[in-house]
Amino acid sequence: METLWPRIERLLLGVSKPARYIGGEQGAQYPVHGPGKVAWLLLYPDTYEIGLPNQGLQILYEILNERPDAVAERSYAPWVDMEAAMRAAGIPLFSVEQHFPARAFDVLAFNLSAELVYTNVLNLIDLADVPLHAAERGEGDPLVVAGGHCAFNPEPLADFVDAFVLGDGEEVVGEVNRTVGTWLGAPPQGRRRGELLRSLAGIEGVYVPALYHSTYRDGRLVATLPVEPGVPAEVAKRTVNDLADWPYPAHPLVPLTEVVHDRLNVEVFRGCTRGCRFCQAGMITRPVRERPAAQVKEMVRRGLAWSGHDEVTLTSLSTADFSGIEETVRDIIDDPVHEGRVSVSLPSLRVDAFTVGTAAQIQKVRRTGLTFAPEGGTWRMRKVINKLITEEDLYSAVDAAFSQGWRRVKLYFLIGLPTERDEDVLGIAELGAQCVAIGRRHQKSVTVVASVGGFVPKPHTPFQWFGQDTVAELERKVALLRERARATRGLTVRWHDPAASAAEGVASRGDRRIGAVLERVWRAGGTFQEWSERFDLALWESALAAEGLSLHEVAHRERGEHEPLPWDHISAGLHRDFLWTDWQDALAGASVEDCRWTPCYDCGACTGFGLEHVVASSVPPAGGSQGTGQDLAAGGRIPVRLVSHG
Amino acid sequence: MADPRRLRFRFSKTGKIRFTSHRDVARMWERALRRSGLPVAFSQGFSPHPLLSFGLALPTGCESRGEYLDARLDEAGPDEVPLADLPGLLSELLPDGMAVQVVAPVAMAESSLQQEVASCDWDLEVLGVEGEDLEERIGRMLAAPSLTVRRERKGRQTEDDIRPAILGLALTGHSGSEQGNIRAELATHPRGVRPGDLLSALGTDVVLARACRTHQWIERDGARYEPLSVSGLGAGPAS
Repeated sequence: METLWPRIERLLLGVSKPARYIGGEQGAQYPVHGPGKVAWLLLYPDTYEIGLPNQGLQILYEILNERPDAVAERSYAPWVDMEAAMRAAGIPLFSVEQHFPARAFDVLAFNLSAELVYTNVLNLIDLADVPLHAAERGEGDPLVVAGGHCAFNPEPLADFVDAFVLGDGEEVVGEVNRTVGTWLGAPPQGRRRGELLRSLAGIEGVYVPALYHSTYRDGRLVATLPVEPGVPAEVAKRTVNDLADWPYPAHPLVPLTEVVHDRLNVEVFRGCTRGCRFCQAGMITRPVRERPAAQVKEMVRRGLAWSGHDEVTLTSLSTADFSGIEETVRDIIDDPVHEGRVSVSLPSLRVDAFTVGTAAQIQKVRRTGLTFAPEGGTWRMRKVINKLITEEDLYSAVDAAFSQGWRRVKLYFLIGLPTERDEDVLGIAELGAQCVAIGRRHQKSVTVVASVGGFVPKPHTPFQWFGQDTVAELERKVALLRERARATRGLTVRWHDPAASAAEGVASRGDRRIGAVLERVWRAGGTFQEWSERFDLALWESALAAEGLSLHEVAHRERGEHEPLPWDHISAGLHRDFLWTDWQDALAGASVEDCRWTPCYDCGACTGFGLEHVVASSVPPAGGSQGTGQDLAAGGRIPVRLVSHG
Repeated sequence: MADPRRLRFRFSKTGKIRFTSHRDVARMWERALRRSGLPVAFSQGFSPHPLLSFGLALPTGCESRGEYLDARLDEAGPDEVPLADLPGLLSELLPDGMAVQVVAPVAMAESSLQQEVASCDWDLEVLGVEGEDLEERIGRMLAAPSLTVRRERKGRQTEDDIRPAILGLALTGHSGSEQGNIRAELATHPRGVRPGDLLSALGTDVVLARACRTHQWIERDGARYEPLSVSGLGAGPAS
């Protein structure tokens, strides 16, 4: 195989951030390709600096390269200047390690972490010089596969992807590799691509869209069904039972240039059962599986020694819930190997003073900002979304933060939530103003930032039936909030572009017909739609219209209990009636507790797979299943006991 | 007097890694030094950082055979630092394409590298113009009393006369096929000239294929020295 590097390097003096394209990271592997080895190109469909830290991709990279029958390299979406230079010079997409052309790999495997990157997926397939549509590919073309959270509604990309892999990839990637390897090992004249696809569909957790057909009536989906016998009617996700079996990445990639999250990441658990109804990640990654604390500490120690980083993030969907988080953090900080120069960060702080105490222990220096996510502006709203944080929780957390030296507090909120009234939106400004007042008790000048995102309902969540707010409605609410917040000095409101939320809604809950919409957006130049300077809702609206669809039909329309959903044949383990009941509970303002420590609601995530939560502690943290021990029925009226940390 | 607590490193940056930035190189050094266990001193205060001082920034995309870094060592650290082992150890810990050539203690009183370096030598490979044409243009440039180029400075377009900063310029070779090699000595003060600026003065049809900084020069008492010579420890004014 011939490297494209001599041709690529000629372009690099003329493009922005050329280090995106050179590879050379510590941990990069330069495997020898050859017969008997399936060659994987792992692709992240966004820029290098966003994609490089992705842990899922790094885990598969190591697992594949450890196999004697596989090799894996990586590629990322070239920025628009580089893409133009590559197309002008006739240079196809390439791997960053050995700069081999993408077409020379057997499998192009995409990580799907966000919906707005879908048009980049199309662009990368095209840049790879591979036929855009799965149906046009032949025996000599690479297999295009995709995994990650967005694969739980694979339909918008069904025209372009040969096979989707659902759920945890650690085990199934080996099975896919064996199947592809066997097929590649057969004599070329006898090989049929259809056979490969059928074998892949036989692997648990693998969905081959070409083997399913969607039918419609009166412009609405009726069903997506197998086209032949032997193809499963429903494809269920894969779940790794014991994280301790997979201490990856063991040699995390250390980039040569600046990337987001430029520090060591160690995953402490997977799954979350807090039950926030808007959160797709928390729903589709159940049950909770903790990594043993001893292994966490070992991975931190080795990872820091390997990388030379001075900061480690303990990652998960809610790290403060990790059993024995305090001891684990203290052991890391006090480890003499680290000479007191290592800092630990927790990406998702639970909203309570107790957690701030933990944060205070670990951030002895660099106390700039703390972030909390109350998500809803009133207690009523937070009960609807099942984010059970009382005002007292928030105020005690903020009080603890400002009194212990932090100068900036950032609060995450969603607007456009089900049952939302204007008073809920205005409640955000009131919470923010209270937090500023609390801060002034401790410091002369404080900053509270309320960051507001437009809610996009996601598949496999209780809100999957909800009609998303229109752009105009979100804009009205943002204006309302800004107007009210203006009265408070020290309170800043930041918001995401409501138009981008609408396009995200289309890509999130669309059916197979969205494939043609994505293709039109891409052909009109709509790449990097998750970048505000590149996003253009008009492209999406005209593409939808050209396909006889609309934003209203796909994003803003509420679905009924019995309406077929595009992802009905995909299972994250959650029973549809559990989700519907939870949706009805949400509309009634009824909340549920965390099932890690309380009785099972039979959502299906454990029972369906014969799994159980893997949690070291049998009791919930800090005296309550949702935080600081509030009574769920009473809400904000119960005073909160402050846990003091000298 | 050389200060054993202040070390100067001379290193090269060649190959693919030339496309990383000056800031990227700083981060690579911080990580490599942490992994080396060398007792680098840290600043006091709110956000302690290692006391490292990097020399003149190398433009992204350019190679170098003479880059410099000064590191201050912790007073409380061990007295003996195995200087002879450091180049090998650090070259191993730095990414491919970065190699440490020499390490030596430098004098306490010496001012920063950035202020001291007066000029740099460059080897440039250019494409797009025949050798004879190139030679003629170089001759015209050297004969000109001033050379005004438009360039970007801190995001603003400016017009500067770069002629005073061109201390030397010569064609050192060419292959008949619109390819030539140029050696240039460019001053760094008051406003440095980069290879890209020189190229725009040579003509818009000249394309820079490769640029390598080969030497950085300090001037003292009418003589010029390298901040650290590769010929061995203790050469030049650093000792």
